[in-house]
Amino acid sequence: MFYQTPTVDTSGYMIAGYAVAFIVMGLYVASLYIRTRNLNRDMETLEEMENSDS
Amino acid sequence: MQAKPVTLKILDVFSIITLAVSAYLALVFAPTELVMGDVQRVFYFHIGTAWTALLGFILAAVLSVIYLVSKDLKWDRLQVAAIEVSLVFFFITIVLGSIWARPAWNTWWTWDPRLTTAAVTELIYIAYFMLRQGLDDPERRARFGAVYALIGGLSAPITFFAIRLYRTIHPVVIGGNNPEAEGGFAMSADMRVAFFFALFAFTIIFIDLFWNRVRLGALENKVEQLKLKVTM
Repeated sequence: MFYQTPTVDTSGYMIAGYAVAFIVMGLYVASLYIRTRNLNRDMETLEEMENSDS
Repeated sequence: MQAKPVTLKILDVFSIITLAVSAYLALVFAPTELVMGDVQRVFYFHIGTAWTALLGFILAAVLSVIYLVSKDLKWDRLQVAAIEVSLVFFFITIVLGSIWARPAWNTWWTWDPRLTTAAVTELIYIAYFMLRQGLDDPERRARFGAVYALIGGLSAPITFFAIRLYRTIHPVVIGGNNPEAEGGFAMSADMRVAFFFALFAFTIIFIDLFWNRVRLGALENKVEQLKLKVTM
């Protein structure tokens, strides 16, 4: 008579893994966006300063 | 700042679509592995991020050579972008590997050749950014970064070949037959579809993030130059 070991339930680890992958990628994209926004603001301020000097 | 090119906007959308499709293929389409169960599915993203990250580190080394020859700071900005994106991807690789290892090897970490070389590679490039921060002069910073990235680039092939050169429990998925490996498996046709699509998807995502990071670097450069001009 055959007895097959049932597949172990490791879905929790799978969920954790994909959560980490998406969260880390999401955080990086957010950091790119925030850094770009801050630099654009700095650029506007510097351009105003340059225009007021000239 | 210049408006985002249309091509880059299309690439942004395409990257999101390929990521979604890759996730679907990995989580739904690919069959459940009989021995390891669902945790095996992290393998698709694990390999996708690893492959592109290691190629990214090698790309950075090539860009270093170009900078050292041309002395054009544009190549330094490209190199920084390649390393930054690769660092993020490789971090994901290491964490996913650890999560897979817990049920497969009954440990979160072991000082196996592959894991050790991967950790060393990640630390080398974290140190790259920390050391760059300490240099104010752009030319000096770029020269240091180029030499460092060129030497650091050796860690990428060492990490890749570690499982082929040394006794290791890390699976050799392609072209390997390591009796010491624990958790290795042969891929079914559906798994291969999910696997190769993940490689494709992460390559597209890498190119997209790289391009966006390069644009950020160009903007940083403009702001720096304007600051010097205004403060003079």
